[in-house]
Amino acid sequence: MDTAVEVERGGINLKPSGRMPDGDVALAPIEAGKTVGNIEVEDPIFRCRDVDVYYGAKHAIKKVGIDVGKSQVLAMIGPSGCGKSTFLRCLNRMNDTIEGARVEGSILLDGKDIHDKKQDVVQLRARVGMVFQKPNPFPKSIYENVAYGPRIHGLAADRVELDEIVHSSLQRAGLWEEVKDRLQHPGTSLSGGQQQRLCIARTIAVNPEVILMDEPCSALDPIATARIEDLMEELRQSCAIVIVTHSMQQAARVSQRTAYFHLGDLIEVGETDRIFTNPRHKLTEDYITGRFG
Amino acid sequence: MSKPRLTPKETQAIVERSIRRRYWAERRFRAYGFAAVTAGMAFLVYLFVVIFSNGLGAFRQTQVQLDIYYDPAVIDPAGTRKPDDLQAGDYQALVRSALKARFPEVEGRAASRELTRLVSGSASFALQKRITADPSLIGTRETRWVLAGDAVDLFMKGQVDRALPEAERPLSDLQIGWLDKLKAENALELRFNKTFMTNGDSREPENAGIWGAVAGSFYTLVLTLLLSFPIGVAAAIYLEEFARKNRWTDIIEVNINNLAAVPSIVFGLLGLAVFIGFFGLPRSAPLVGAMVLTLLTLPTIIIASRAALKAVPPSIREAALGMGASKIQMVMHHVLPLAMPGMLTGTIIGMARALGESAPLLMIGMVAFIVDIPKGITDPSTVLPVQVYLWSDSPERGFVEKTSGAIIVLLAFLVVMNTTAVILRKRFERRW
Repeated sequence: MDTAVEVERGGINLKPSGRMPDGDVALAPIEAGKTVGNIEVEDPIFRCRDVDVYYGAKHAIKKVGIDVGKSQVLAMIGPSGCGKSTFLRCLNRMNDTIEGARVEGSILLDGKDIHDKKQDVVQLRARVGMVFQKPNPFPKSIYENVAYGPRIHGLAADRVELDEIVHSSLQRAGLWEEVKDRLQHPGTSLSGGQQQRLCIARTIAVNPEVILMDEPCSALDPIATARIEDLMEELRQSCAIVIVTHSMQQAARVSQRTAYFHLGDLIEVGETDRIFTNPRHKLTEDYITGRFG
Repeated sequence: MSKPRLTPKETQAIVERSIRRRYWAERRFRAYGFAAVTAGMAFLVYLFVVIFSNGLGAFRQTQVQLDIYYDPAVIDPAGTRKPDDLQAGDYQALVRSALKARFPEVEGRAASRELTRLVSGSASFALQKRITADPSLIGTRETRWVLAGDAVDLFMKGQVDRALPEAERPLSDLQIGWLDKLKAENALELRFNKTFMTNGDSREPENAGIWGAVAGSFYTLVLTLLLSFPIGVAAAIYLEEFARKNRWTDIIEVNINNLAAVPSIVFGLLGLAVFIGFFGLPRSAPLVGAMVLTLLTLPTIIIASRAALKAVPPSIREAALGMGASKIQMVMHHVLPLAMPGMLTGTIIGMARALGESAPLLMIGMVAFIVDIPKGITDPSTVLPVQVYLWSDSPERGFVEKTSGAIIVLLAFLVVMNTTAVILRKRFERRW
């Protein structure tokens, strides 16, 4: 399918020969895999090249290539349905669980293909944790929520070690002071922001190398959002974070690099400061200046 | 063709008119609902009143007090006191002489026979059992309550009309006279019917008991539960969580839904052909009954379990998978506990149906006349609904109240079963 047509159908009046931005890149019809900006970083944790995702006949992600650097936050922005969540779910193979979903291309985690036959998906997900849009604590106690990962992966030899993991995870997630007296209360009794921090605590309890966050603050109020953003800055010290967000302010606040997706294409990648001050692609500029999206 | 724009006032007037109509529709709907519930309750109350008024009598039974002399000359003429010899004694004669002692004025064979008929034929067996258990009683006297005959029982429950001509009632004038005398002497009483609660089936109404059917129903249902719940839940989990969605699973799903609507007698024929005919399992056994009822309840349990699994929010599955849980861990740790209440509901419905089912069991021989209480899953037995059917079909008057009594026991069984299941479900139903 011709991409330009699809763009017009998307409601954006984009002429292939639109106005040239001030930068050096011409606004040509979007061509799959032609991303503006530097998709590479040195010593990446994830290196994705030519990733295509199909949901049945629908081509949801087209030839996306991007690196995820260690100890940094990569923000993925773009209008609804642009494929940023789909791409995020490729990174820990959560798309495997969707009937009819097909992922092509190479995604290397620490140089090893995550679609390799030898790569166990359980192990992958232990290395690449995920925080979802809606807080989804298990319908169990706070303690059990955090202890679940270490328990199924056998990270704690005894109860004392498990207690220690639960304690430190809740501490790192900034939740310990609020819940230390009620660890046996149900996780769902917490407020929305606390639940989301509980989900983060649950994720970091298995020491992941990467945490994927799919709009983690969209259901939260500004104060809870601020706490989670602070938390991301701390977590960045020990692991990479990939966050999908609808809030450009959030992307600007928390991330070091930003990727702009549009209708399944990765349009532009770059340092967050540069993207927000000097976008090179017309679509990126239109999006971040609020002309659509 | 556009209508002129309405002014706000005109719009208000239209809305007001429609509001009245809406409220009227709501009131009408409520009235329908109320009428339906009331009618349902009325039928239920009527059913209970009829069953209990007919059936409560079955739990009480007429007994006659007799002064019995355990005559060594009659019981054990040889004087050996050996169990075999004691069994052979003429205990009927003990009953006869005790009756004779009470009514010394009775003369002649015909009158004597009428007198003997006041007491159930099983009274002598009760005496025999007592003597075999304790031979030292021989030669002593004892005042005992023995079972009255079924006509006497009907008389005591007011079901014998004295006004009828003698030939048309089960008791003669002479017998009624004796009974009145016994009653006046407090030697004729309605007492708790232990026989009904402990005996198996019998041709004589006064000896017929429900316990054989209760035991048969118990074995059958426990086995049905043990077979159908794990198989049904496992099938539902496999179909819902693991199987690929393709044409084969579609076909399976359609067929499961169809099986739920297959007449139960067909399952009975299948059980007869396959379990008894092909595999050679015993007839009339709870084992085969349970296997047939399992086939019958499986579709219900599978459908309910699949619905319960579908109702578990996907966020819980994603959370578990995102933590690195394998699929089976996800199901066992998170999905199954949340789906359990729904699965139990389906199981209750299925088991309630299995408890009340009689048609397929007729096919596999559970309709046979069985006196012994089943002691295991391969002993011949019957079940409560089939017992109800058997008794309702019996000619003796005494079986009328037995039938209702059996229905009461069946309902009690159902209530106990459902209560247990509801309590279990409440336990699982921890909403966080």
